[in-house]
Parts: sequence; structure tokens; C-alpha cells
Amino acid sequence: MSFDISVRRRLGERSIGLDLQSGSGIVALFGPSGAGKTSILNMVAGLLQPDWGRIAVAGVRLFDSEARIDLPVARRRCGYIFQDDRLFPHMSVEANLLYGRKRAGSAPAIDFTAMVDLLGLGALLERRPATLSGGEAQRVAIGRALLSGPAFFLMDEPLASLDGARRDDILDRIAHMHALTAIPILYVSHDRDELLRLTREIVTIPYQGSSGSPTFASARLQ
Amino acid sequence: MTLGAITPEEWAVITLSLQVSLAAVAITLPFAFAIAWALARWRFPGKILLDALVHLPLVVPPVVTGWLLLLLLGPNGPIGGWLDRMFGISLLFRWTGAAVAAAIMAAPLMIRAMRLSIEAVDRRLEQAAQTLGAGRIRTLFTISLPLALPGVLTGLVLGFARSIGEFGATITFVSDIPGETRTLPIAIYAGLQQPDGEASVTRLAIFSIALCLGALLLSEWLTRRASPQRAGHVL
Repeated sequence: MSFDISVRRRLGERSIGLDLQSGSGIVALFGPSGAGKTSILNMVAGLLQPDWGRIAVAGVRLFDSEARIDLPVARRRCGYIFQDDRLFPHMSVEANLLYGRKRAGSAPAIDFTAMVDLLGLGALLERRPATLSGGEAQRVAIGRALLSGPAFFLMDEPLASLDGARRDDILDRIAHMHALTAIPILYVSHDRDELLRLTREIVTIPYQGSSGSPTFASARLQ
Repeated sequence: MTLGAITPEEWAVITLSLQVSLAAVAITLPFAFAIAWALARWRFPGKILLDALVHLPLVVPPVVTGWLLLLLLGPNGPIGGWLDRMFGISLLFRWTGAAVAAAIMAAPLMIRAMRLSIEAVDRRLEQAAQTLGAGRIRTLFTISLPLALPGVLTGLVLGFARSIGEFGATITFVSDIPGETRTLPIAIYAGLQQPDGEASVTRLAIFSIALCLGALLLSEWLTRRASPQRAGHVL
């Protein structure tokens, strides 16, 4: 089982929740803006603490409110691709790419040269993030996460700031990367066509209004 | 009136001033950064009070600050007495005392500049570093500190310039002792009391103005150098 998630979290007037058990591969979270998709990714990454629940990915328990397990963000081995690239502005592209290599240790899923080829970053290594286009920056962000030796990926609308041709390019590269490394991906988007190009495993997160009793998304895949 | 060359006594005043100010800034740096970090990042009871206390030396008459230092750090004061008994250290009438007075007076400016730059650090970049496996310490030294560095340097430069100009608290706490506590402003004041001191006063005044102008230009340059990088990252 790749993702085994069962969480609840109150945010102001709203409740966010998800029960999900999936096989290996790419799992997509689909839903309107404001449904809490990003909050769910943040809970899996350890950036937001659930009020209640448990999270295990690839057999590793990351959080369990009953067993009082809450692994720190840095030790969750999560490759998080944010909506914005979040590259470090004071470092070169190459230094950004190598930032997480310590954790990857001696046996990374992919070596530096292969990653540079896969994502087409060869000409960018010396550049500063501020000089990159949106598509280039997002490719660097994916490469940086990939080199950090992740056990799984979290991708939060990684195409949000890109136009048509660039979106296709990044989608192809993500699919190719997945075929190559088989690292599971939890992928968030509000665009169903985008998700269908990557996977058939789609979980819909309904909008949780402030009134009435919330219904949480629940899915058992494969 | 001819300006003439800087005399050996005046050089002694200048080097003592530099020594006092560098020591003051060095003592204050770690405390100022820690307080700036706490004010920028943490929420705790009494935060408003701490913020006010930190700014106090900026608005209280410097003579009052000097008098308080005398009460606390003098040989009969609670801290001064303890230092004397435990380590045989006395700050009174010493250049180290002048450095402490300058440090207290420079702290508000240093904390202010550092706090602003810490607040400007994008915390989402720190989160990104953590997801890449960096713990708190590594995140601090590779992300937060480098991004806040221009503000830290600006704080150092402003604090240094403020220390060079420190007069009221210093003369109250450690008096005017040539070679030990006679810094630039005190030497200028003493020169004005003497009938033939005008040329010396002019030389020291020009030197002070040039030094402080240089420091302010340096701080402005550091601030400008930092901004395009941040602006470039917004997109």
C-alpha cells in the first residue's frame, strides 16, 4: 500500500478530512479551490498537524495521534512540489538541486546526470532562480525534490502558473519520472483533464461548507 | 585658523573610539539577533513589554541610562559587585565600561534592523528546506540567516555608527579619562572647554562626520544590494 491516510483537521469554521487507502502509483486528489487539498498535503508532509488520525506512506508510519507518533518534516522523506517553485533565491540552480542530497545518502533513486537529462536542466545549472521562467523553475523544483531521495512525492498544482505547452512538457516529464523511479505520487489539482493524463486513481474532495455535518472524502483504491 | 595634522593624542582618541565601538557591536550582536528573532517569530506573554524595553535606550535621556548603569554595574551595584567578587572585573572608569554603555545605546537600532529583515524572510522557503531533509539548525544557517544577512549587516553598521557618537551614558558611567574612556565625542566636548582647543575639535569633528557618513552609505548600499534579489523572487 502506498498511501494510507485517515485524518481530520478543523481550520476555523471548516473541517477537513480524508480517508484514503491506495495501491502503488499515482493518486490524484481532485476538488474545487478551498476544499482543503493543500491542507491535506501539508498534513502528509508534516507542515500541518492533524487534530486526529494516522498517516502512513509506503509502510512507514509518519503520524498517529493515538500512538503519539509525529515524525518531523525533515525525516518524512517527502518530495514536496509546491504550487510556487520555492527555489532558494540566494543559491544557484545547481546548489538548489543539491540541497537535499545529504538525506538521499549513498544510494539515490537517480544520479545527478540522469536527473539533469530527464528534466532538461543542463543549460540552467549556473543560473540564479530569479532569472528562470516559470516552467524552468518548476523543473528545477522537481529535480531538487527528486535528488533528496524521497520515499514519495506530494505535488500541489505544479502546473498552476504555466501555460499550455509548458504544462504538457511538465506532465510528460512527471509521467516519465514515475515510470523510471516508481516513487508514489499524491497529486493535487482542480483540473480533471490534467489528472486523467497521469492516473485513473482520482479521489474527489468535496467542498466542506461551514454549515451542516461535513462529509469527508473516502476511497479505497485497488 | 589652520587645520593642521592629527596629533598622536587625537589618534589615541580615534583608535580608542574604534576599539570601544567594535567591542560594543560584537557584544551586542548575538543578543540583538536572538531578541530580534524572538520579536519577529515568537508569540509569548510580555512581548509588547519586551519590545518597549528594547526601544527604551532610544528615548530615555542618555544620562539616565548612564546613571542606571552606574547603579547596576558600579562596584556597589548588584551586577557590578558580583562581577568584582567573582572575577575581579570592574567596568567603572574603564574602556570596557564605555563599550557596555555604547552597546546598550546601540542595541535598539541593531535589533530593529535585524527584526525587519527576519520578518522579511519567506517562511515558505524554510518549509521547503525542511521537506528536503534540513533540520532546524541547517535551515537557520543555510536559509534564514543568508536571507536576513543584509539586515544583520545594516544593523551592525548602524550600531557601530551609533556607538561612535555615544556621549551621555558614557560620560555619566565611566567619566572622561584620557586614553581609557575619552572617545571622540568626549574629546570634542573637552576640547571645546579649552581656549586653544578649536583646531583639534575641528579635526576630530571632521573625522567623526566622515566615519559616520561612510557607515550610513555602507548600510544604504547593503540594503539596496539585498532588494533586487527579493523582488526577483516574487514571481
